[in-house]
Amino acid sequence: MDAATKKAYWRENIKYLIFLLIIWFIVSFGCGILLVDFLNQFQIGGFKLGFWFAQQGAIYCFLVLVLAYIILMNRLDKKYNVNE
Amino acid sequence: MSLQLLTYIVVGLSFALYIGIAIWSRAGSTKDFYVAGGGVSPLANGMATAADWMSAASFISMAGIISFSGYDGSVYLMGWTGGYVLLALLLAPYLRKFGKFTVPDFIGDRYYSRTARLVAIICALFVSFTYIAGQMRGVGVVFSRFLEVEVNTGVYVGMAIVLFYSVLGGMKGITYTQVAQYCIMIFAFMVPAIFISIQMTGNPLPQLGFGDRVADGTYLLDKLDGLHRELGFAEYTSGSKSTLDVFMITAALMLGTAGLPHVIVRFFTVPRVKDARKSALYSLIFIAILYTTAPAIAVFARTNLIETVSNQQYDKMPAWFSKWETTGLLDFDDKNNDGTIQYVADPNKNELTIDRDIMVLANPEIANLPNWVIALVAAGGMAAALSTAAGLLLVISASVSHDLLKKLVMPNITEKQELWAARGASVVAVLVAGYFGIHPPGFVASVVALAFGLAASSFFPAIVMGIFSKRMNKEGAIAGMVFGLGITLYYIARFKLNWIGNIENSGPDNWWFGISPEGFGTLGMLFNFIVAIVVSRFTKKPPVEIVEIVDNIRIPRGAGQAQSH
Repeated sequence: MDAATKKAYWRENIKYLIFLLIIWFIVSFGCGILLVDFLNQFQIGGFKLGFWFAQQGAIYCFLVLVLAYIILMNRLDKKYNVNE
Repeated sequence: MSLQLLTYIVVGLSFALYIGIAIWSRAGSTKDFYVAGGGVSPLANGMATAADWMSAASFISMAGIISFSGYDGSVYLMGWTGGYVLLALLLAPYLRKFGKFTVPDFIGDRYYSRTARLVAIICALFVSFTYIAGQMRGVGVVFSRFLEVEVNTGVYVGMAIVLFYSVLGGMKGITYTQVAQYCIMIFAFMVPAIFISIQMTGNPLPQLGFGDRVADGTYLLDKLDGLHRELGFAEYTSGSKSTLDVFMITAALMLGTAGLPHVIVRFFTVPRVKDARKSALYSLIFIAILYTTAPAIAVFARTNLIETVSNQQYDKMPAWFSKWETTGLLDFDDKNNDGTIQYVADPNKNELTIDRDIMVLANPEIANLPNWVIALVAAGGMAAALSTAAGLLLVISASVSHDLLKKLVMPNITEKQELWAARGASVVAVLVAGYFGIHPPGFVASVVALAFGLAASSFFPAIVMGIFSKRMNKEGAIAGMVFGLGITLYYIARFKLNWIGNIENSGPDNWWFGISPEGFGTLGMLFNFIVAIVVSRFTKKPPVEIVEIVDNIRIPRGAGQAQSH
C-alpha cells in the first residue's frame, strides 16, 4: 500500500473522529452541563430535559456514537482494503 | 430460611463458581497470563471489561452519592461512561494493532526510552495500588455487613479468593471469572431496582420509572423536588456545584477512564482491530445498563427514605432502621427530645445522619423486598469488588514481572521464569493490597481524585500523542508526563490531602479558578499536552523506525499476525 493511500485513509479517519467527538462534546458537556439550566425549562414526561441529558440521555448518545464509529470505520477499512 | 443462612449460601455458591472457572482456565504461557492469549471474543471481553470497570464504588456507593447530591452526581454518570467514547475512538483500535502486553510497553517502545518506560511503570503501579486498596476495603465492608463478621476477616477471605484465581489463571482466569461476576452483579443490581420501580410508579423499567408518575398522579421527580424544598435541601434536579467545577470534574473522570491501565489493557486481549472496536461498544452497553439504572435507584431510595423517616415517631421505625443504627452508618440524635425524627438541611436542627453507602445495601430492606433479593445484593457487591481487584492485580503483576523485570532489569529470563515471576508478583501484590485493606492509608478515601487525576494527566496525553502525532519525541513525552503528573500530585496533596501548606488556606476559596481537586486532572492533562508539544518542537525528531511504528498502528490489517508472534 503506497504512502498516498495511507494518508488518504488516515485523513478520512480523522474527519470521522472530529465529527463524532463534536457530537460527544455537545451531548455531554453541552446539553448536560453548559446548557442545563436553559434545557431544564422543557420537560419530557417527568424529566426536565437538561437533567435527563445529564443522567440518561448523554449515556444513550455515547452508545450511538460508538456504534456509528464502528459502522463508519468498517466501511472505510473495506474501501481502502485494510480490513482483516 | 433466615437471611443470614441464605446470604451464606448465595455468596458461597458464587465463590464456588469463580474457583471452578479458575481451574478450568489455567494459564499456560505469559501470553495467556498477560492478555489471555489474545483470543477472547469481543462479547466476553466486553462483559469482563464492564465487570473490571465497575468496582465496589460503582455498585455500592455511586447510587448513594447521586441520591445525596442530585444533579451534581451526574459528573460520575457522564464521566465514567463518556471516557469509553474516547477509548473506543482514540485508543483501543491502535493499541490493539500495536499488540504488546501493557501500557508501559507502548510508552517505552513508542518513545524509545527506558526513562519513559520507568515513568509509565511508576504511574501504573501508583494508580493501581491506590485503586486496589479501596477494593479490598470494599470486600471487607460487604462481608461485615451481610455476614456479620469482622471487616478484617472479610478482607482475608477476599484475598484468598482473588489470589487463587488470579495467580492460577492470570488474565485468562480473570477474564472468564469476570464474565460470571458481571452476570451476578448486574442481576443483583437490576432486580431490586425493577421491584422498586414497579412498587413506586408501576413502570417496570427503572430508566423510565423515575420520570413517571407516582400513585397520586404527580411526577416522582417533582414530588422529590417538593420534599427537598420543604426540608430546606437544594432542589434534587438542580445542583449546587459551579458549572465550571462540574465541567472540570466530568472531563477529568472521562480522561482518567481512558487513561487507566487496567481498562486499556483489556483491548490487548481480543484478536483483531475490528474486535477491539466492537469490544469497546459491548463494554459500554454492559456498563450503561448499570449506569442508567443507578440514577433511578438514587431517586427511589431518596424518596423512600424521606417518606419513611421524616417527622415520624422514632419508636415506630421499621426493623432495618435499628439494624443499620448498630453498624453506626445511621445515627439518630433526638436534639429537641420530641421522639420524632427531624431530617432537615439545617445542621443545628437535623437529627439524622446517614452514610451514603446504605442507599444501595439497605434499599431492598427499606422497600420490603424478599430475603433472597437481599442475599443477592451481597453477592453482587462482592462480585463488583473482587472483579475490579483482580483486574488491578494483573496490571500490578505485569508491571513488575514484564515491564520492570523482563524489559529493564533481567532481559534474559525465559518465558517460564517470567510466568513464575508474574505469579510471585501477584502474590506480593495481594498481600500489600490486603494490608492496605486492613490498615487503609489516608489517601484511600481520595481514590477518585488520585487515580483518575493521575491517569488523565499522565497516560492519556502520552498515548494519544503517541498515536496521532509523528513529531512527538521522547523528550516531549517524558517532560509532559512528569510535569502533568507532578502538578496534579501537588494540587491533590495541597488541597485534598493537606500534606502541603496550611489547612486554613486549603478550602474551596483558595482553589485555582475554583476547580476542586477531583477536577484538576483536566488541567493537568492540558499542561501535559502544552509542555510536551513545546519541548518536542525544540528537540530532535523521533527516529525513522519509530515513525514507521506509528504508520503501522494506524492501519488495522495485520493485528492477527502480530498476535501469533
